[in-house]
Amino acid sequence: MWDRNQMAARAADELEDGWYVNLGIGIPTLVANYVGDKDITLQSENGMLGMGPFPFAGDENPDLINAGKQTITELRRTSYFDSAQSFGMIRGGKIAAAILGAMEVDEKGDLANWMIPGKLVKGMGGAMDLVAGVGRVIVVMDHTNKHGDSKLLRECTLPLTGKGVVDRIITNLGVLDVVEGGLKIVECADGVTEDELRAATEATIV
Amino acid sequence: MQKIYPNAAAALDGLLQDGMFIAAGGFGLCGIPELLLSAIKDAGTKDLTFASNNAGVDDFGIGILLQTRQVKKMISSYVGENAEFMRQYLSGELELEFNPQGTLAERMRSGGCGIPGFYTKTGVGTVIADGKEHKDFPTGPDGAPETYIMEEGIFADLAIVKAWKADETGNLVFRKTARNFNPPAAMCGKTCVVEVEEIVPVGSLDPDAIHLPGIYVHRIIQGDHEKRIEQRTVREKS
Repeated sequence: MWDRNQMAARAADELEDGWYVNLGIGIPTLVANYVGDKDITLQSENGMLGMGPFPFAGDENPDLINAGKQTITELRRTSYFDSAQSFGMIRGGKIAAAILGAMEVDEKGDLANWMIPGKLVKGMGGAMDLVAGVGRVIVVMDHTNKHGDSKLLRECTLPLTGKGVVDRIITNLGVLDVVEGGLKIVECADGVTEDELRAATEATIV
Repeated sequence: MQKIYPNAAAALDGLLQDGMFIAAGGFGLCGIPELLLSAIKDAGTKDLTFASNNAGVDDFGIGILLQTRQVKKMISSYVGENAEFMRQYLSGELELEFNPQGTLAERMRSGGCGIPGFYTKTGVGTVIADGKEHKDFPTGPDGAPETYIMEEGIFADLAIVKAWKADETGNLVFRKTARNFNPPAAMCGKTCVVEVEEIVPVGSLDPDAIHLPGIYVHRIIQGDHEKRIEQRTVREKS
């Protein structure tokens, strides 16, 4: 079984040299620590390409934040632009991949990660635009919820963020692709058998 | 034409009306028109509809207008940091229209460009698409049809934005990620009022490095900004 950092490292393997990539909040943010020598440019959808690490104390700049509203730094390659252009490059398919967290994913690639009916709704932010527009949508999440139920479903029960948008799912138990007819196991996490992966998955595995 | 005004109240004089539609720049608390929001609070203008990506926090940004019940409706993509907002929304005092962030930005940009509607894939198959026109375009592999929904441009009565520098004709330069929604918000307002940290003489900005031309800007004020940080995050020196 993979921990958060191992999941992030596995997700980093998905990224190819030269890609422009958008990382979501949570485990996806950790992916930046594992890109190694690959030339990856991170987009922050509030209007920045070439997102750098968090600043050292004292170097924070209120005019320089990421999409999670955290203070960050710029790099030598950084460029800034407005929100309309930022989502123009997202919607226009210029961003090669987005790595996002999820509450539910189903076997048709539907993704739910923005609201739970009856609970406080904060909004979708840029998630709907990202999943509709980027080249490849990679979900990184725990395989099951805190009750032990599969988060990889036959059909999402929560309101969708996007329909048929997910390409690949990386969980603590392994890697699965969305293919015709269901999910296909790409690999199992360290110490996890294919039977265990199947048993923990509600979605159809083909 | 004189665009420079002595302060936020003077710059908004004659522009504010109960029930009006205001587009505001800013992302979180970054690049928000804090002085103009404060002046709208002081003016007491009511029943406002705001197109703004976020709703500030309880005591800063649009949050200060929520405390005084001056806001009737918000059009936003994310409103998570504001307890008073949630209280008013859950009690039905405040209307909320969620827009995907890129859809909101493009609605402002296209309204400012005279485009009343556009088609986007964002939100297709979700609650966002309910009741909207659907149309197929041959944009898929080998010309396969893909479904889009129509979203409408935003035409606001007033735009309030924050820039870093303006020259005396209203040419604007923004700073880093404080640009965000400010240019599209500025473009979609019938009138646009901008607050800046510095007004510089005409000719001192590089014409090739203007982020928003002064044609979009009608009134300018200079002032001191608090520029509050919402999530101060740092790393350890190793």
